Amino acid sequence: MHGGDEVVAAPSRPPEPLDWKFSQVFGERTAGEEVQEVDIISAIEFDKTGDHLATGDRGGRVVLFERTDAKDHGVSRRDLEIMDYPISRHPEFRYKTEFQSHEPEFDYLKSLEIEEKINKIRWCQTANSALFLLSTNDKTIKFWKVQEKKVKKISDMNLDPSKAVGSGSVASSSSSSSPKPCLVNGSSFDGSYNNLSNNFFPPGGLPSLRLPAVTSQETNLVARCRRVYGHAHDYHINSISNNSDGETFISADDLRINLWNLEISSQSFNIVDVKPADMEDLTEVITSAEFHPTHCNMLAYSSSKGSIRLIDLRQSALCDSHTKLFEEPEAPGSRSFFTEIIASISDVKFSKEGRYILSRDYMTLKLWDINMDSGPVATFQVHEYLRPKLCDLYENDSIFDKFECCLSGDGFRVATGSYSNIFRVFGCAPGSTESTTLEASKNPMRRQVQTPTRPSRPLSSITRVVRRGSDTPGVDANGNAFDFTTKLLHLAWHPTENLIACAAANSLYMYYA
Amino acid sequence: MAMIDEPLYPIAVLIDELKNEDIQLRLNSIRKLSTIARALGEERTRKELIPFLSENNDDDDEVLLAMAEELGVFIPYVGGVEYANVLLPPLETLCIVEETCVRDKAAESLCRIGAQMREQDLVEFFIPMLKRLAAGEWFTARVSSCGLFHIAYPSAPEAVKTELRTLYGQLCQDDMPMVRRSAATNLGKFAATVEATHLKVDVMSMFNDLTQDDQDSVRLLAVEGCAALGKLLEPQDCVAHILPVIVSFSQDKSWRVRYMVANQLYELCEAVGPEPSRSDLVPAYVRLLRDNEAEVRIAAAGKVTMFCRILNSELAIQNILPCVKELSTDSSQHVRSSLASVIMGMAPILGKDATIEQLLPIFLSLLKDEFPDVRLNIISKLDQVNQVIGIDLLSQSLLPAIVELAEDKHWRVRLAIIEYIPLLASQLGVGFFDDKLGALCMQWLKDKVYSIREAAANNVKRLAEEFGPEWAMQHIVPQVLDMINDPHYLYRMTILQAISLLAPVMGEEITCSMLLPVVINASKDGVPNIKFNVAKVLQSIIPIVDQSVVEKTIRPCLVELSEDPDVDVRFFATQALQSSDQLTMMSS
Repeated sequence: MHGGDEVVAAPSRPPEPLDWKFSQVFGERTAGEEVQEVDIISAIEFDKTGDHLATGDRGGRVVLFERTDAKDHGVSRRDLEIMDYPISRHPEFRYKTEFQSHEPEFDYLKSLEIEEKINKIRWCQTANSALFLLSTNDKTIKFWKVQEKKVKKISDMNLDPSKAVGSGSVASSSSSSSPKPCLVNGSSFDGSYNNLSNNFFPPGGLPSLRLPAVTSQETNLVARCRRVYGHAHDYHINSISNNSDGETFISADDLRINLWNLEISSQSFNIVDVKPADMEDLTEVITSAEFHPTHCNMLAYSSSKGSIRLIDLRQSALCDSHTKLFEEPEAPGSRSFFTEIIASISDVKFSKEGRYILSRDYMTLKLWDINMDSGPVATFQVHEYLRPKLCDLYENDSIFDKFECCLSGDGFRVATGSYSNIFRVFGCAPGSTESTTLEASKNPMRRQVQTPTRPSRPLSSITRVVRRGSDTPGVDANGNAFDFTTKLLHLAWHPTENLIACAAANSLYMYYA
Repeated sequence: MAMIDEPLYPIAVLIDELKNEDIQLRLNSIRKLSTIARALGEERTRKELIPFLSENNDDDDEVLLAMAEELGVFIPYVGGVEYANVLLPPLETLCIVEETCVRDKAAESLCRIGAQMREQDLVEFFIPMLKRLAAGEWFTARVSSCGLFHIAYPSAPEAVKTELRTLYGQLCQDDMPMVRRSAATNLGKFAATVEATHLKVDVMSMFNDLTQDDQDSVRLLAVEGCAALGKLLEPQDCVAHILPVIVSFSQDKSWRVRYMVANQLYELCEAVGPEPSRSDLVPAYVRLLRDNEAEVRIAAAGKVTMFCRILNSELAIQNILPCVKELSTDSSQHVRSSLASVIMGMAPILGKDATIEQLLPIFLSLLKDEFPDVRLNIISKLDQVNQVIGIDLLSQSLLPAIVELAEDKHWRVRLAIIEYIPLLASQLGVGFFDDKLGALCMQWLKDKVYSIREAAANNVKRLAEEFGPEWAMQHIVPQVLDMINDPHYLYRMTILQAISLLAPVMGEEITCSMLLPVVINASKDGVPNIKFNVAKVLQSIIPIVDQSVVEKTIRPCLVELSEDPDVDVRFFATQALQSSDQLTMMSS
């Protein structure tokens, strides 16, 4: 039932490690160029088919990219991509369109500024080549429809458009010089045709009237906000996720998860509420939530204490009790001041068939089998060399960075980001030892080094100077990068092919294998 | 560019604005589509306007929605039923658009048109269109197609009928849950047109597919279909095919499915008939009343009376009553509230003895419930019990409950109980009311919340209506008039409002002797708001008193107010004087 054809059914020999190559970059920074805060990418998401990619940024914009290699239509409107490999079979994308999804707001009741930053984007079911997606900032979720519309060039009007102010169309008809009074405002005649009696029109109609003709078939993309789901979250929204029924979705904030119907923006149902009666008793918050990809009744959410709860919407209306709890028992004696902080899970993702859950905490990636709640089936150390530096990471708040994670479509590999714009790809098929480090640059393998288990540099030597937009990150004695300011938080794996899109500040890099 | 004669400008503009940049103007033109069609004539409507509209399928959703609606009534404008088929292509494209409401409207319009079309046209045009939609590339087309089968099927030749049934069966197993939901929603309508022989085989197998769907949302809709489908089947087939499904749904893993069963159970009982209901559905219903999920119990509790009505009282006492007792102490206040809203209706079903013996203790415990909604729900249905056992047995417990609600800290609760006071008064009788509730009614006139004071003033009027002017003279009027001297002007205003409401009920004599002097006196008030309210009250009193009183008492007072330094007072006084003038003119 639970996707038996996934990792379990993998060939006895693990797949060969992938050879990652640079594919594309959008919005690459030139040396020394300062990154504008609003341009920093804050969300990346492929759609279900992998033909589209959406990114959101801190400025509240959503940018859409479309795949070019599979289906090529004519001229590209605004060609931003840099194509190093013009003849290739790996997915290539081009800029499609962008729109302003959220604007900065101010909540007067709570005296709170609401940032426009896009926290999450989720694609919805495509219909008729119109694309639908949900985007959210801290408080408000919006449902967008992006569609090609014909640019209207109207001709053959009944009235001279150059004189008729009421019809402000871009008509390009040949204007006759017949002397006729023009209408100042078409709508001012609203009443008068109602007075025309039924018998006014002759049975054959009035031959002098004609319908406007559309001459141009040119199209452009229009994004329209179809619905706004607001006022349902007291805390910051960290996740949104679509249900497999194509009709509902959830939104999660620090303490609650709400269930919405896509068609209804005026009400939502609270399904999880972890808010204690007394906020003094608060020990744990919700950090991320996701619906099972195929079972409409299952959803998983992660907590700041490092646990993942699987809940069954069938069991009760308010899912305060979980069906399954995934938690790793604490290793005895290893407890420190940072234990709880680094245990906090920043992201959870289901594998494509829903058999596995991938979670990311500060130091590791963990893969869980939903049929085994005693512990993860695999744990991957992402940047173990940072462990001695936790104190500094705590001091500059980096320890609270929320790294995302992703699984490949075939479920054989997982990936997540780290500092200095590097990200790591691990093989999770049984027996695989694949572990690759890539840097988000045009030369991804530049910094591929084996992760040492014990860095030799003392703690005190780490520079505390915050470098903005620096191109030369600090490197420790082992050549390991630890530039806290350039972190690769957001990345996404193409649903069917080995292609990773990741965000380094304002640049979107893509790699294929 | 054609020459346009003067009277045609409006229509010319209307046509041009079909393609205006401003969506409001486009909407306006689309809504006047019938006018445009008449101006163009039937032939050009068919040959030009309809193709033009078919092209216009990428307009904004609001425009498309209006277009879908207009086209539904367009048959007269294209030349009558024999040309109805030209309307299908634009509606077919609208059936494929992304916006649900547009598609629904387009399908609705297609049904309207299809219902009027000639049989040969249905076969020639409608059915091919239906097949195209049902095999559509996008799920939107397939969703829309489900709602059209019941129009096409009856006219189809035998071979096509088989094909349509197969198509519908495929839609019930579509990959997209949206399509399966639409198929489930429309199954009842389609089934109603299918011949009995195929109903038992083909339709039942589709139904079975839907009842076993993985998606809860599909199963939910299948539950709704149960009743409709059951009514189409012979009773014995219904028992054989539908009943087991209902019973299994009542034990579904998903609480939402069970909730739906609880909500639909009465309908389902009607479908399977009384005898199987008693034997098979009672245990299912009892399970739902004891469900783990509060939402399910809420739905089930709300149907207790309806369900008992189809059982005999013996079965109800034996099976349902024990559950009702449990529910009356349920941990969820909403369950208790839901039960309280219907439980009084059980009294007539159970009869006097059983009600006193079994139900009364439950009523009494619900009347003491900590949650005000529960108490309110009991009180609101008091008349139903009164008919069976009389009020005396309840009145001892009633009073404390009413007093507590009357003083509840939530004003909405107080408001709710005020609304029921006239009902209570009529059920409890004058004697009980005088002793216990009269004081409360006066107390509400001085509530802190305006809505309560307003409701209290209205309540005073309704009591006067219920018990008559004589009683009111003794028990209401003096107390109300006393309060006109309250130091707080807002309370004085409430009294003025009460007076204006009471005056028509009390009649001319009492109004002149008791109420009017008080109002006239209030015109000397220091607060302008009181004074202009005096003017308003006087205006309302003028029609019910004798002309001489108007001349002697009311007009002098209004004249004085019309010279008041305050602008609002002058305004309302002048307005009252004017209305008095008009009345004089009409009567003379």
